[in-house]
Amino acid sequence: MTDLLDEQAGFEPLAERRLGPLFWICVGWLTLNVLAALLTNVLPLVNPLYQNYNVINAGPSLHHLFGTDDLGRDILSRVVFGSRVSLAVGSGAMIIGFGIGMPLGMLAAYRRGRLDAMLTAVMYVLLAFPAIIAVIAVISFWTPRTLLKLIIVIGLASVSLVYRVIRSATLSVATKDFVTAAKVQGSTDRRILLRELLPNIAPIAVSFLLIGVATVVTLEGALAFLGLSVNPPTPSWGNMINESRTVMAQNPWLVIFPSLALCLFLLCLNFIGDRLRSYFDVTEVKL
Amino acid sequence: MLKYVLRRLVTLVGIVFVISVGSFYLIHLLPGDPATVILGTGASPANRAILYKQLGLNKPIIEQYFVWIVNVLHGNLGTSFISQTSVASTIRAAYPIDLELIVLSQLLAFAGAIPLAMRSARKPNGLIDRVLSAGSFTLLSIPPFIIIVVLVLVVSIKLGISNTGPSSFVPLTTDWRVNLASMALPSITLATASFVLYFRVLRSDLIATLQEEFITMARSKGLSQRRIMWRHAFRPSSVALLGTAGVNIGGLLAGGFVVQYLLGIPGLGYTLISAIASSDYLLVQGIVLVVSVGVVLINFLFDFLTSLVDPRISRD
Repeated sequence: MTDLLDEQAGFEPLAERRLGPLFWICVGWLTLNVLAALLTNVLPLVNPLYQNYNVINAGPSLHHLFGTDDLGRDILSRVVFGSRVSLAVGSGAMIIGFGIGMPLGMLAAYRRGRLDAMLTAVMYVLLAFPAIIAVIAVISFWTPRTLLKLIIVIGLASVSLVYRVIRSATLSVATKDFVTAAKVQGSTDRRILLRELLPNIAPIAVSFLLIGVATVVTLEGALAFLGLSVNPPTPSWGNMINESRTVMAQNPWLVIFPSLALCLFLLCLNFIGDRLRSYFDVTEVKL
Repeated sequence: MLKYVLRRLVTLVGIVFVISVGSFYLIHLLPGDPATVILGTGASPANRAILYKQLGLNKPIIEQYFVWIVNVLHGNLGTSFISQTSVASTIRAAYPIDLELIVLSQLLAFAGAIPLAMRSARKPNGLIDRVLSAGSFTLLSIPPFIIIVVLVLVVSIKLGISNTGPSSFVPLTTDWRVNLASMALPSITLATASFVLYFRVLRSDLIATLQEEFITMARSKGLSQRRIMWRHAFRPSSVALLGTAGVNIGGLLAGGFVVQYLLGIPGLGYTLISAIASSDYLLVQGIVLVVSVGVVLINFLFDFLTSLVDPRISRD
């Protein structure tokens, strides 16, 4: 009897597969982040560019919850305003990536034939291209740098990855009996793609989307850190961490808060993506 | 096998061609006349003539590509008009540092990931596995640039070790002790990011492999735990590990850029970032070309290694 129970523990029956409280904490934190970024103008925050020379490099206090930086700017308000850059790049780039990659991937897997062979060959070559270096290259030549250009470049670079994941996900569904049944009943291609295939690949798409946003936000952070994202004094998490390096010894808070904000944001995204993947029993897809 | 390698070689040539076209076209992304942007407005006619000859700027764009690619194939990537040195020699001086950084960090990452993943896979969901998995998941969410900032904060400030900077960097061939001391911090940082990835991949693959029938067979023969792990489970699982390592190289290089920039190590990354900052476009173009082709070649090498470990791949 005990042997039987032990064996079952490895399989985790459906009723026991729950998302868990940590999942909802992460969802709550992300919602808070998004709301704060959207409502920056309504929230009672100090102007993130306002320099108050009476309080320079001050630690956390009631007036400045996160303290102030070397120019007397409020760190809390800079962290909140900085999140807008990360969120804009993360969501914007993924809208472009999924907007192009997802329909192409679904269509290729559904139609097969010459279209599929051609698209897959092109995407294969693009995938072999080291995306991060290509992004840095294009960003550095396509002057002057703006946030929109950054979003476009990263978005286009992600198309081939999205295509690959969505295509293989659709392929596994497109051969199922219910799709054949729909075809036999005379459903239009459009109806099959939107009503039969799309709902079935949605879980994979969503968990891949979340991990994609996390990857793009990390990339933007690294680019901002190298001075290739938005220009100072506009705050972003990456450039705040970079600027804080010179005064790190006197004021460690300056490094800690934006780093913490970025890490928590990424941790929540990764965790939600990971939980969703095991909840819907999706096999490992990597970015 | 030979057919497989030949087919991969043809794809490789195609990809390198696309990369060369992409790198060539970068110059034309610049707003306005490339020569004016590269040289600045007050450029001497002699310099302009040199640049026009190098890039073939007065010809149609397709011919320009051929002028440029012939120069590149002869090892001539142009001369930087800012530092007055040839781009090829700058790259030659910098790239060994990147290679060293990659090799060191990968050795560290493998040395950490392989034994720990085996330990974890031996008892999935046991205490050690849970701790290691949770820890690796948290590390996964910390970008390398934050790890290095924190490490610099702790190591160089608290322990009083000063940052050396690019001018005082000692190459491996000059004095290996000083060199390794300055490479320790960047290698460890890069290694953490790779370690997390390798640990997670190898752990889940080992758990799956250990449930195969040939493992039960090996157990019933009475082989030791260690021998089963290394000889019977690790070899099939190392395919996934090699595949991940190959894909990881591009990200590793980019992570290396950030680390070099922060610690002032004059590798390709540091050179690239300072070239972008000083608008040294020919140098940027040269580095992008060399690094991209390098990444593709390394990927090819890893594919080849994977097919050696698992001959089934080349027979698909």
